[in-house]
Amino acid sequence: MKTTLSLGAMVSLALMAGASSLASAEAAAQGVDVAVASSDGIRSFNAEDVPTFDIAEDGTVDWPTFSGYRRYQSECHVCHGPDGMGSSYAPALKDSVMRIDYYTFLETIANGKQEVGAAKTLVMPAFGTNANVMCYVDDIWTYLRARGTGALDRGRPAKRADKSPEYAEVEKTCME
Amino acid sequence: MKMLKTGLVATLLLSSAPVFANDSVLKATDDPKQWAIQTGDYANTRYSELNQITRENVGKLQVAWTFSTGVLRGHEGSPLVVDGIMYVHTPFPNNVYALDLANDGKILWRYEPQQNPDVIGVMCCDTVNRGVAYADGMIFLHQADTTVVALDAKSGEVKWTVQNGDPAKGETNTATVLPVKDKLLVGISGGEFGVRGHVTAYDMKTGEQVWRAYSTGPDAEMLVDPEKTMVLGKPVGADSSIKSWEGDQWQIGGGTTWGWYSYDPDLNLVYYGTGNPSTWNPSQRPGDNKWSMTIMARDADTGMAKWMYQKTPHDEWDYDGVNENILVDQEIDGQMRKLLVNLDRNGFGYTLDRETGELLVAKKYDPAVNWATEVVMDKESDQYGRPQVVAQYSTAQNGEDTNTTGVCPAALGSKDQQPASFSPKTGLVYVPTNHVCMDYEPYRVSYSAGQPYVGATLSMYPAPNSHGGMGNFIAWDATKGEIKWSLPEQFSVWSGALATAGDVVFYGTLEGYLKAIDAETGELLYRFKTPSGVIGNVMTYEFNGKQYVGVLSGVGGWAGIGLAAGLTNPNEGLGAVGGYAALSDYTQLGGQLTVFALPD
Repeated sequence: MKTTLSLGAMVSLALMAGASSLASAEAAAQGVDVAVASSDGIRSFNAEDVPTFDIAEDGTVDWPTFSGYRRYQSECHVCHGPDGMGSSYAPALKDSVMRIDYYTFLETIANGKQEVGAAKTLVMPAFGTNANVMCYVDDIWTYLRARGTGALDRGRPAKRADKSPEYAEVEKTCME
Repeated sequence: MKMLKTGLVATLLLSSAPVFANDSVLKATDDPKQWAIQTGDYANTRYSELNQITRENVGKLQVAWTFSTGVLRGHEGSPLVVDGIMYVHTPFPNNVYALDLANDGKILWRYEPQQNPDVIGVMCCDTVNRGVAYADGMIFLHQADTTVVALDAKSGEVKWTVQNGDPAKGETNTATVLPVKDKLLVGISGGEFGVRGHVTAYDMKTGEQVWRAYSTGPDAEMLVDPEKTMVLGKPVGADSSIKSWEGDQWQIGGGTTWGWYSYDPDLNLVYYGTGNPSTWNPSQRPGDNKWSMTIMARDADTGMAKWMYQKTPHDEWDYDGVNENILVDQEIDGQMRKLLVNLDRNGFGYTLDRETGELLVAKKYDPAVNWATEVVMDKESDQYGRPQVVAQYSTAQNGEDTNTTGVCPAALGSKDQQPASFSPKTGLVYVPTNHVCMDYEPYRVSYSAGQPYVGATLSMYPAPNSHGGMGNFIAWDATKGEIKWSLPEQFSVWSGALATAGDVVFYGTLEGYLKAIDAETGELLYRFKTPSGVIGNVMTYEFNGKQYVGVLSGVGGWAGIGLAAGLTNPNEGLGAVGGYAALSDYTQLGGQLTVFALPD
């Protein structure tokens, strides 16, 4: 819990708008904007049109963020550890996404990253041609932001929204 | 270590050709003062006849000397000792150091290869390397980028190099190599990248390729004879692999070969296991996916398969079948048999006749194993040799996009590559194990060369309703398929075991302990906390009349990924989250060799 909000303010926020808004308030305190400002029927966006998660009062996670959980555990997990927690050699992405912006995130995934020195060898491959990653990069982003802000705990989200027809259509086109 | 010696003498007498089981390897591995190949001997027993350190005095063990490798990533495998020189290898960049034991470990030479760091990004699960091998005055290294290198053992001079695979396609290497006769046998990694597995024999003198046997595909490319290659007592028949895949999926079908290899000089057979089929989504690859998940017995000269046995047909859990095959001669039903013991990732301990491939024992070596009820032993049954999958835990039957929960073991296996040890004195196999279960949700993925090809979401947690730890160290009777005793461990045991004639068994733990236990009872006799978690294998040697025990520390590998942050069990609700131990609370990165000895 952040100290910038009084407990009373927190409680009223939670009562008014549910858990997601509470997390948004916390996130705002951490300097990242994850509040839902709009939706295109596929996913939600913040005021700057950056994808964001939408977790309902009862904990139901929006489909794209749930999809991000699945894709993360498959594509990213073998280096970055379970639940965005980091491994013995790759950084904890749940923390990284609180420091870097959406566009840096996209750039790093598409082009990879190398920091090779005497003490460490950090090498991330370029995923730009990998449909299993690139078709879901916004999903992975919102999942990690949900983890980073504390809106989502470790493990598999217990409740999720269903995949929308719009999402399914875009997914199909992308994966073909 | 001596088990195969008598047979060798017979071979020598009968044969007039000059090519025997590699003389220099046999000589070095028969001498318990040395440790010439990673597995200790061709039979993979990891047993030493050295007996200065005993169960009575091991409690007085002390650190004799240490060596920092200068590399931080996960350190698997072990050093070698041959002719007074210790050879220490590292993870990527795969440096090799030759240390002069007569001169306080002074560095005689070092080999520091220049590899394209891009390869790091296509190595699943850390940049580990399981060590070098000695033969004919040379040290052999298989680098991460699949360059095989022969180094002069005395000078470090590069004698030859050869490229075994293509990292751009996700082909990499983590394994050691096995020198047999005049050839060097070499495997490949990349099962999570849709690599098509193979084993290749190179001429030891020149590095020229002699044969290559693929794990999947046409018989000719697999070096399989439809009439002569046997499966559970019957000829395998034509196109056995291709028929078990849909379309040309066998071309990206996995079955990689990154485990430990063993060799029987009498039978002239090489044994190894093939890994999981790609992808992890079983619905995307209908069929038995042969010959992934298979114990292979091949002629060392020609590579032709003598027999094969598929442990997990149509894998649905990533039970990557590469674990070592330990060659032992033991009595079953009052009869001495040439046996092969395999403690598979899937949680079954198999004992087979290593000459014929006949299945003799298949029993669970962790009571938590639940994905199958049994392996059918009735030769008349059409299910003979097949595990009987429990529908509830079948990720294929539950289907894509369904989360199958509570499967034991997890994808780590009841045991991963960390090799077991066999003591001919006790007749027991000492096995480092995992005690971890998982939820597994497969979904559709598309293949692109050199990119991960996984297709499943996993979450892992300690076996429920047990001691809460993630590992056990067990003593296994392979003739009966029974656990003799089991020691609970807080973390998976990711270190290779060593049994000695001093009635002591050694192993390392992920917190960093080297432990010594009584080979009969399992009683803890000694422990010492090394600077980092141990995922290396314990070895022993004698120098100037004194026995030493060595082990590499340096946490990492799968363990460094899966356990670094600690495990959670989502099924136990939020209260349990974070309730399990995080490895990061116990240890940090850092490669170091620690050598132990008794006080003078």
